[in-house]
Amino acid sequence: MSFWNLMEYAAWGLSAVFGLYIVIDWLKTDATYDEEVLTSSREGELEAMVEERHG
Amino acid sequence: MAEFDITSKTRDGMGPHGTQVGLLRVLGPAHVWALGVGIVLVGEYMGWNFAVGKGGAYAALIACWLAGILYTCVAMIDSEVTSTVAAAGGQYTQAKHIVGPLMAFNVGLYLVFAYTMLEAANAITAGYLISQVAALTGYEGELNQKPFIVLSILFLAWLNYRGVLATLTFNLVITAIAFTAIIILFLSTSGVLGGSMMQHKALFEGAAALPYGWIGVLAAMHFGLWYYLGIEGTTQAAEEVRSPARALPFGTLAGIMTLLIAATLTWYICTGLIPWEFLGDGTNGSVAPLFDAARLTGSQPLVVLLGVGTLFATLASANGCINDASRAWFSLGRDKYLPGWFGAVHPKYRTPYRSIVFLVPIALAFALGAPLDQVITFSILSGLLGYTFMPINMILFRRKWPMDSIKRGYEHPFHPLPSIVLLTLCAVTFFAVFLGYGTQLVAMIVFYIVASLWFHFWRYRFVARAAQFTMPWPRPKGY
Repeated sequence: MSFWNLMEYAAWGLSAVFGLYIVIDWLKTDATYDEEVLTSSREGELEAMVEERHG
Repeated sequence: MAEFDITSKTRDGMGPHGTQVGLLRVLGPAHVWALGVGIVLVGEYMGWNFAVGKGGAYAALIACWLAGILYTCVAMIDSEVTSTVAAAGGQYTQAKHIVGPLMAFNVGLYLVFAYTMLEAANAITAGYLISQVAALTGYEGELNQKPFIVLSILFLAWLNYRGVLATLTFNLVITAIAFTAIIILFLSTSGVLGGSMMQHKALFEGAAALPYGWIGVLAAMHFGLWYYLGIEGTTQAAEEVRSPARALPFGTLAGIMTLLIAATLTWYICTGLIPWEFLGDGTNGSVAPLFDAARLTGSQPLVVLLGVGTLFATLASANGCINDASRAWFSLGRDKYLPGWFGAVHPKYRTPYRSIVFLVPIALAFALGAPLDQVITFSILSGLLGYTFMPINMILFRRKWPMDSIKRGYEHPFHPLPSIVLLTLCAVTFFAVFLGYGTQLVAMIVFYIVASLWFHFWRYRFVARAAQFTMPWPRPKGY
C-alpha cells in the first residue's frame, strides 16, 4: 500500500474522530443542561450593561 | 456535571436581559482582520483569473479596482452600522433593526447560503490541491479526494465547535502566512530582490491586454468580486469581540486595505509571468495562478511556499465561512425566525454549537454532490444580493437615527456617496452576472421569493416580536 493510500485511510479515520467528538459532546451537553439555560442568550447584553452603568 | 456555575452573574457575556450562557467576548481587532481576510484571500490564489479570460489583463485590473471601490464602500458602511449594532448575525441583525423582519429573514438566508456554499467550494478545492500534491510527488494512481474534502469540513467544524478564540487564532496564523507568501513572491519576481522576471510588455502586445474591448471589462466585473468576496464577514464577530466599537472598524478597514494590496500585487505578478489565454482559463489552464507563477520562477522554495499559501488560504476561507454561517443561523434561531432550538450556546465552549453541527451535513452534501462552478455561482449571487441591501440599509440608518441620536463606534465619511457608488456598482455587476449566468440568477431570485412567502404567511407567527429588539436605542426619527 502506497503512502497516499494510507493518507486516504488516515483522512477517513480522522474525519470519523472529529465527527464523533462533535456528536457525542453535543448529545452529552443537551442531556446535561436545561434547555432554558442553553437558549438563554439574548443580543444586546453589552449595550444593556453599559446603559445600566450609565443610567 | 457542569464544571462551573453557569448562572454566575460575574461571567462575561451574561447580563440584564437574562442571558445565562452567551457567546464569549474574547476577540480583538487582529481576529476580526483574520476572519475577513481569511475568508477572502483564497480569491487571490484562484478564481479572480476568470476575469482575464472574460476581458484580458487590463479588464481584470479595471474589475479589480472597481470591485475594490465597491468593497471599500461595503467595509465603511459595515464598520459604521456594526460598531453600533454589535450582535451576532451581522447584516441580518442590521436589517432586523433598521429595515424590518422580512428583509432580515432574506438577508439571513443570503448570508447562510453565501458562506455555506463558499465553505463547500473551499473543501472541494482543498481536496483538489491535495490530489495535485500527490501527483507532484510521483503518485501515479488517481487520488480519492473525498476523504480530504470530508476531513477539511469536519476538522474545521470541530475547531469552531471548541471555541472562537482558537478558531480565529488559527485563522490569523494561516492567513498571515498566505498573505506573506504573496509579498515574498512579488519581492522575488518584480526586481526588488534580484533581477526582474516580469514580461508585461511582451505579454500585453497587440490586442492581448484588452481583447474584447469595453464589453470585456463589463463581463470581467463578475469575477472582479473574487478579489474581495467575504470581507463583510467581519461583522459576524460583533458579539464576540471585547470592544466592538474599536475592533470591528479597525479589523474591517485594515482587512480591505490588505486585500487591495494583495489583489493588485496578484494581478501584477500573474499577468507579468503567465500568458493571458492560459491565465484566463481557470478550469483547463491556470487553476491556481499564484502557484503557477511560482512554478514559472523555477525556484523550489517559492513553489513550496505558494503551494502552502494556496492550501492555507483555502482552509482559512472554509474556517471563516463555518464561523460566519453558524452565527447567522444562530441569530435566526435566537429570534425564532427559525426554530429556537438553533439559538443554543454551548455552556463550556460558548459557541453556537447546534448551528455549527446542523450546517455540517449541508456543507458536506454540496461539497460531495454539487459541481464547483454552480456552488460558487450561488454563493456569489447570494453575496451580491446582500451587497444590494447594504446601501439601502445605510441610508435608512442615517435617516432613522441621525448622527447625534446614537453613539457610533465609527462614522463613515462622504455619506451618501459610498451608498450611491455601491448601489451603482451592484447594478453593473447584476447586469454582468445576467450576461453570463442569467438562468442561475432568475432561479435564485425565485427561490428567495418562495422563501419570503413561506416566512410571511407561516413562519412569522412564531417570531418573538418584542423580544427581538433588545438594543437600548431611542425611537427612530419620525416614529
